[in-house]
Amino acid sequence: MLFRRATPNLWTLITPPTVWALHFLFCYVAGAIICARYPGALGELRLSIAAGTVLALGLILAAGAQAYRHWGFGSDLPPHNEPTEDDQQHFLGFATLLLCALSAVAVLFGAMPALFIAECVR
Amino acid sequence: MSEDDTERRRRQEAELRRVWEIPRGWRYLSNCNNQVVGLWYTGTAFVFFLFAGVLALIMRTQLAVPDNDLVSAGTYNQLYTLHGTMMMFLFAVPIFEAVAILILPQMLAARDLPFPRLSAFGFWCFLIGGVFVGGSIFFDAAPDSGWFMYPPLATDTTQTGIGADIWLLGLSFIEVASIAAAVELIVGVLKCRPPGMRIHMMPLYCWYVLIVGGMILFAFPPLIAGDILFEMQRLFDWPFFDAARGGDPVLWQHLFWIFGHPEVYIIFLPSIALLAMIVPTFAQRPILGYGWIVLAAVGTGFLSFGLWAHHMFTIGLPSLSIGFFSAASEAVAIPTGVQIFVFVATLLAGRVIFSIPMLFATGALAIFVFGGLTGVMVALAPFDWQAHDSYFVVAHLHYTLIGGMFFPLIAGVYYFHPFVTGKMLSARLGRWSFWLMFAGFNIAFLPMHITGLRGMPRRVFTYPADHGWDELNLVSTFGAFTMAAGVVVLVWDVLRPGKERAPRNPWNAGTLEWVAGDPSEPWGIRSVPPVTSRYPLWDQKNLMADIDAGRFFLPGAPEGKRETLVTGVLDAEPQQVLRVPGNSFKPMVAAVLIGGSFIATTFHWWVAAALSGALGIAAIMVWLWTGTARIPEKPETDAGMGVTLPLYASGSASVGWWAMFITMVGDGTAFLSLIFAYFYYWTIHPAFPPAGDPAPDTALMVTGGMAALASWGLMLLARRANGADRPQQVRATLAGAAVLALAGGALLVLSPWQAGLAPTTHVYPATVWVIVIWTAVHLAVGVLMQGYCLAGSLAGRLTATHDIDLRNVVLYWHFAALTAATTLAVLALAPLAM
Repeated sequence: MLFRRATPNLWTLITPPTVWALHFLFCYVAGAIICARYPGALGELRLSIAAGTVLALGLILAAGAQAYRHWGFGSDLPPHNEPTEDDQQHFLGFATLLLCALSAVAVLFGAMPALFIAECVR
Repeated sequence: MSEDDTERRRRQEAELRRVWEIPRGWRYLSNCNNQVVGLWYTGTAFVFFLFAGVLALIMRTQLAVPDNDLVSAGTYNQLYTLHGTMMMFLFAVPIFEAVAILILPQMLAARDLPFPRLSAFGFWCFLIGGVFVGGSIFFDAAPDSGWFMYPPLATDTTQTGIGADIWLLGLSFIEVASIAAAVELIVGVLKCRPPGMRIHMMPLYCWYVLIVGGMILFAFPPLIAGDILFEMQRLFDWPFFDAARGGDPVLWQHLFWIFGHPEVYIIFLPSIALLAMIVPTFAQRPILGYGWIVLAAVGTGFLSFGLWAHHMFTIGLPSLSIGFFSAASEAVAIPTGVQIFVFVATLLAGRVIFSIPMLFATGALAIFVFGGLTGVMVALAPFDWQAHDSYFVVAHLHYTLIGGMFFPLIAGVYYFHPFVTGKMLSARLGRWSFWLMFAGFNIAFLPMHITGLRGMPRRVFTYPADHGWDELNLVSTFGAFTMAAGVVVLVWDVLRPGKERAPRNPWNAGTLEWVAGDPSEPWGIRSVPPVTSRYPLWDQKNLMADIDAGRFFLPGAPEGKRETLVTGVLDAEPQQVLRVPGNSFKPMVAAVLIGGSFIATTFHWWVAAALSGALGIAAIMVWLWTGTARIPEKPETDAGMGVTLPLYASGSASVGWWAMFITMVGDGTAFLSLIFAYFYYWTIHPAFPPAGDPAPDTALMVTGGMAALASWGLMLLARRANGADRPQQVRATLAGAAVLALAGGALLVLSPWQAGLAPTTHVYPATVWVIVIWTAVHLAVGVLMQGYCLAGSLAGRLTATHDIDLRNVVLYWHFAALTAATTLAVLALAPLAM
């Protein structure tokens, strides 16, 4: 399970960028297929990219909320360098939170072409 | 110190020295110790670097003046192709593996990496493949269609000679070595840390190694898949990239750059990792923003996979697709920038000691930032349309690679030289080397931005006068030779005799690799300390003396075996004393035979290729049988510090299981690339499978796929029977599973055969065949493994408690079953839906 976990691990760390990767792949693959085979359906494509973006941001938000909890709600600030279980969790939570921010920005970046580009034009 | 203590130390040191002894004479070549293999690896990669550098100098001499005829157009094509190929495949990627094999175990206070013979095997593959590819230029047979080998030029066997085959097969062979190294390094970082070095305590270098290892698993396999398609076209005329028969040259571009762009980061991140070690040492303080560096490394690792098509902006992709890749290309600047800011902040917060490694580090940052900025420019499609394939791009890529990879690496050479050799490099020569390289580099490449914007295309062997390119080119050539002079100074400094002896930990660094005292001691670390700090040498009192005194884990080798500690992935709690194999010629023999098979294929010597390949597989089997999953003479051993640990672990607790898992992730990625090819063709054809063409025999394919899945089911039963200690049942199920797998493979191959699918006629039958063959080969390998387990059971090596082999083979079969099921779904079911 990636969500609702008591403790973070390496899989929870890479959850937000994995969401970005899936979102990116979806945008690219859907765009490539629509533009190659069904250019008339560009409007639907843009809508589905918008939906996919909302979904991706939602997942990142959920991962971020969990990471914030693992971080101890910010009660303990970095550098998290003590050799303890607590600091390990706080570190993983903190790093995941940073990755959530980066992934959210990258997801928005990835969605923007669908917002601005209204034609396939080969 | 009491007399008993002295006696104990002397005895332990003698044991360790004997067990880890570096053989002399011709047996030196049987070495599998990371200290030696890492050095060979690094040295070889540097020799290839110098060779490729000389090629560059010949090119710059040719381009110094207009209408020059120093080399012919044909030779020039070979020069730039081999320069790019060697710098990327034989220097930049392997040097990461080489340096990591050399320093990672010491950084983790491990005696060696978990699979020392795999490292040696990788090195021999690299050496053989590298000499084969690089040496081709002496026979006028080097590849000559650019380092990214675009079809239709590179697939045309009349216009390109054997060089293209040398590139494809030689580099495929080396890619195997890269994946082997990735497996070794990932498992090393995850499982071989010292006790207490929790995941948030490990040196940043380890984070980078972990991430880059993961990237290799997802980046190299698409190229291997592409190489397979490419070579099938060149050898057997299967039309994967031939538009006339339904293929598409653009598919190669996709597969190449899905590898090629992450590769840029695969070579950049490990070099930045060196800076992440160097900067804190010379700032004499812990790095600021450890978590931010982890963010940057993980973030860059992921985002780098969303950039590949920015190499293809000019080929007519839909503008929407261009937008996606342009956006991701801009986004990757964020984590990259974070790393730079963290370094600058650490330097500002500390008291910086300006030494030679720091000189190269700052030079690296300056050059890289410049290259990064032009990168942001070319990531914008409209600008790229103007600059594409011009010298502007040549300038940009050299700024990123030299600043992001080469200068940090040379900083690393100065920094780690005392650790490797026990000698200091000269600061005076270092300054000369730096300024010659730094000035030479900028003199050579800064003008190229202008040459490019003035319209000079890359890869031209000469140019007419009076285009405004003459002086700029002459200046570039002057700069190239100046930079080369800097390299010569460095090489002289490294090779010259009579260097000053280095004190222990000469830079007063904080991480564990600097515990290494006399580099002639072969054991890596005298005893494995529990770690309580990110910079143990700064924070843990008396650590070095206690390590030397053997006060920690594994202080000796009373059983005469090479041992290292295995710990938990997150918490690094001690789990096992791992017996690692010693020196052996077997990896070298296996590499020579497998390499021979690749080389013979290049020249179409089919019998020799088959023979060499079969012998190579046999050699690997012998290597595995005699050297892996040995049953220890007792279940547990005293690990020191009052801790007793098991000597044997299987399933996910064993390092071998992780290696299998990681290898199969890479293997699965290659398979998915072939599936991607299938659906790619579907998008470009009005109907795919093409209407009216024969389709593979569905009944045969479904039966074959089911037989493969049944074989997997029997493997699960075999594992259960083994757990219940019922050897007869284990043997029966293994034999049944092998029969089913063989039948399944045969039926899968029979399916397109029966339907008369001719792979040379159209890309559809060719794609079906390549997917079917891939699956059948995996089933055959699975049968080999089943036979290995059966033999192990009969020989008494496979028991209920000693079941490493069976657990790993079942893991392989999970992936094999997934492959068979996917094949079935794509080839038999998908056409029904499309």
